[in-house]
Amino acid sequence: MKRSTVLFSLALTFASAGAANAATLDDIKARGSILCGVSGGLAGFAQPDDKGNWTGIDVDFCRALAAAVFNDPTKVKFLPLTAKDRFTALQSREVDLLSRNTTWTSSRDTQLGFNFAGVVYYDAQGFLVRKAAKVSSALELSNTTVCTQSGTTTQLNLADYFRSNNMKYEAVVFNTADEVIKAYESGRCDVFTTDVSQIYAERLKLSKPDDHMILPELISKEPLAPLVRHGDDQWFDIVKWTLFAMLNAEEYDVSQKTLEQRLKSERPDVKRLLGIEGNYGEQLGLTNDWVVRIVRHVGNYGEIFDRNVGEGSRLKIDRGLNKLWNKGGLQYAPPIR
Amino acid sequence: MTDVPVRRERLKASWIFRPGVRSAVIQLLLVGLLVLVGWFIYRTTRQNIITQRIPIGFDFFWIESGFSISQTLIPFSESNTYARAFLVGLLNTLFVSALGVFLATVIGFLVGIGRLSHNWIIARLCGGYVEIIRNLPLLFQILFWYLAVLAALPVPRQSISLFGEVFINNRGILIPKPMFGECIGVVAALAVAGIALSLILATLARRHRIRTGAGMKTWPVALLFVLVAPLFAFFYLKVGVAVDHPVLKGFNFIGGMRVIPEFLALLIALSTYTAGFIAEIVRAGILAVPRGQTEAASALGLRRSSVLRLVVVPQALRVIVPPLTSQYLNLIKNSSLAVSIGYPDLVSVFAGTTLNNTGQAIEILGITMLVYLFISLVISFAMNMYNRRIALKER
Repeated sequence: MKRSTVLFSLALTFASAGAANAATLDDIKARGSILCGVSGGLAGFAQPDDKGNWTGIDVDFCRALAAAVFNDPTKVKFLPLTAKDRFTALQSREVDLLSRNTTWTSSRDTQLGFNFAGVVYYDAQGFLVRKAAKVSSALELSNTTVCTQSGTTTQLNLADYFRSNNMKYEAVVFNTADEVIKAYESGRCDVFTTDVSQIYAERLKLSKPDDHMILPELISKEPLAPLVRHGDDQWFDIVKWTLFAMLNAEEYDVSQKTLEQRLKSERPDVKRLLGIEGNYGEQLGLTNDWVVRIVRHVGNYGEIFDRNVGEGSRLKIDRGLNKLWNKGGLQYAPPIR
Repeated sequence: MTDVPVRRERLKASWIFRPGVRSAVIQLLLVGLLVLVGWFIYRTTRQNIITQRIPIGFDFFWIESGFSISQTLIPFSESNTYARAFLVGLLNTLFVSALGVFLATVIGFLVGIGRLSHNWIIARLCGGYVEIIRNLPLLFQILFWYLAVLAALPVPRQSISLFGEVFINNRGILIPKPMFGECIGVVAALAVAGIALSLILATLARRHRIRTGAGMKTWPVALLFVLVAPLFAFFYLKVGVAVDHPVLKGFNFIGGMRVIPEFLALLIALSTYTAGFIAEIVRAGILAVPRGQTEAASALGLRRSSVLRLVVVPQALRVIVPPLTSQYLNLIKNSSLAVSIGYPDLVSVFAGTTLNNTGQAIEILGITMLVYLFISLVISFAMNMYNRRIALKER
């Protein structure tokens, strides 16, 4: 008798837990940390070192969120996910957001049930080949074997490109980025294709990186963006505006170095950004000094770019399209007011 | 002595203690709990789907897939639907599983019998094989064959060439492809009919032998059915055969038939791994036949091969078949490890790429589960039928 009562009440508890379906922000606060789905090991975007410390632009974005919510960038747990598993993990509430070099596409935005919170990195798909193959254009790649990762836009762009140029090819599709680059290095494939930023990172894993070259053709648009589930607008707003805050901070020259000095600024837009005027942070469900927290703990967009993928990193990728809009790039954040 | 009737009074216990009532209550509770859990899962899923506004249904099957697959048993291109991609993945899974089951059985029986051999070297070799193969993780073995063995083969330009016809390189094995004329269908149909007729003939001959004790030579007739008739048709209809040779052109070979290294690695790993277990099952089965049976058969004057074929193996099979079935099922399920080396099986193509591009996780995982369940049940059913046929018939 007693046992069945216990079981029954257990079942009821589960049922009510499912029914509660609380707001993501409340869940996060109750849990004391943000669950952030990241890439399993992609230099510049998300990679753990031998002590388990994560670095990368995607990682720093989640740290910025933790800084905004908790005033503590360490209150975030990183879950490495394969390209194939990432969407299921987000749909099934295993993570609060994906910050996992994921391309923003219409079907992912609609049919998969996600919202994309703005572009962290404007990327494009390219091809890596051996210099010894003496190829100078992607149009010479007919009858090649191409290694790529399963469940990515890359796999589909590849098919589109070869199909539209009437070129034959064989795609060998792997689950993780590591398996792809290993197969390419072993000679299973003539070509390795993925987003160019990722090619830069993966090339470092090859035994002789200088024996390989990236072909000039860029065959797709790959706006890499963090994403959240449909159905929680407040959390979507927080993620979106954290990115905008980092971009605005760079635009108004608020960096880790200049923060203390800029806090004394008389410029109204800087005052609004840093929460000295207005209650824009509270409108989001955060505190008014949210941007101060983000910049103090993590930095502005330019800083995290430089530190992880730009000149200050091993990858040394040119900022290119990712420059601010007023410097000739595409990065443009709506104003905080 | 007076007759005192002994009154046996049945102890009347409370109805709660009756076993029938108790088991009924427990079963009811269990069913109730199951229903509750099922209902809870259904409700949570429904709610999550609604809050996330995910469309559900099976319409995605008819959308153009937009990706390509490296090994297809039926023609497949980017413009084909997800339904066809599903079929391609399923056929690839069945293909590697069927060949794997066949090879594992052959290797397993040889090694199992070899381990019992009186030849010291053969017995030790087979024992070593079993101990090494059985005790290393399967995923490791798959990666070993793929990354350490097959990837170490030369690049296409430096292929190992056998007679200038067969080429072996790190992109696979290329063999010439025979191209038959139009009427090859007639020849194939004749061959199939010939095999069927020969089987019927063999059954009739066996019945005749059991009834009368007189043997019948059937093989000349069977040969006529299976070989001579189709061959005659082949030449009479002038089917003709051309050969499509593999030729190196640019990066890769063109033409011929190609066995991709992903398939080879998976097939080798799956069949050798499962063979290690089958070998032990076979050994156990043979050892389970009492020694007296062999001795009695020898005493009757049967030759050693006849002793094995007529006395030992039929009895050993009774012990072998049930655990053999579970090894077959394991092999089929283990074939899903294909994803780790990029072999396009059902899990990789359907529960991987298709799931990711359409986002229909519940439908796709459900279908995948049902497919594996269905395959396993069919194998199980067939093996149980076979088991019933060879089981000890008590008369």
